[in-house]
Amino acid sequence: MLFFAAILSLFLFLTPLASRCYSHGKVETEEEFDSRWVTYFSKPDIDAWELRKGMNTLIGYDLVPEPKILDSALRACRRLNDLASAIRILEAVKDKAGSHKEIYPYVIQELKPTLTELGISTPEELGIDKL
Amino acid sequence: MLRLTSSRLGSLLAGRPSAALTSSSKGRPASQQKVSDSVDMSRPTYYDRVDMPLPDKPYKDVLSDAEEKLKQKEKGPWSQLTNEEKVALYRLKFSQSYAEMKAPTGEWKTVLGGMLFFLGFTGLVVWWQRIYVYPPRPRTLEDDWKARQLQRMLDMRINPVEGLSSKWDYDKGQWK
Repeated sequence: MLFFAAILSLFLFLTPLASRCYSHGKVETEEEFDSRWVTYFSKPDIDAWELRKGMNTLIGYDLVPEPKILDSALRACRRLNDLASAIRILEAVKDKAGSHKEIYPYVIQELKPTLTELGISTPEELGIDKL
Repeated sequence: MLRLTSSRLGSLLAGRPSAALTSSSKGRPASQQKVSDSVDMSRPTYYDRVDMPLPDKPYKDVLSDAEEKLKQKEKGPWSQLTNEEKVALYRLKFSQSYAEMKAPTGEWKTVLGGMLFFLGFTGLVVWWQRIYVYPPRPRTLEDDWKARQLQRMLDMRINPVEGLSSKWDYDKGQWK
């Protein structure tokens, strides 16, 4: 029993990082995940349904989306002439961060150039973040 | 078509879909017709959810002329919109902001109050039962009876090896 465990742990040590022994499929890296979503929102003729579907799915994941994904989504809102959804997305990001209060200011800081370029106000600037 | 009455809508939004699906309005007689707000559940509905930020349809889709003009202005650069206009556009598309969705409801006070109320009511029921339902107290639970019972058990040498009688010191007439 101990012998078997020793052999198994040796085998685990030797496997490459991309395919750990806890699943038989290849695990997507964070960069691949991010670029997949950036590409999704970058579609030039994205329609309103795809924007909603994409955002609702993305918010369903157990993570706060990277600023570059959000940048792509905000630009999609611009192509769809939908300011309200852009503001909603920022609210959703703040909510996703939960108790990690430093994440949202970081994201806004990273998105500042895009927000100024597109003329998107943050929920705080509009007073929507309060009751 | 599944008609959603306002009573079902309330229970659905409270997160109890089974209550919404059970129909209590089947086969309403014509004499009982009331006008109730019904929502067509076969079409996309609006919802405010923190985990699904963009609902299937905007909150307001019937727009006045002023609102239509604002929507046209939305097609241009957003930096030309005033803050009030931006908030107006937001409120056209969404009913509650995230802050409003997550605002505390004070429901816990109702829950706690209700719990304690029914606990108290139960206490009253138990008290009434003790007076009017319980039979008379058995004689065998009186102290005098129990003392004589114990004496009899000791006289019989009940469990003399490791149990009751083994704990009694027969010479001194007391517990060991």
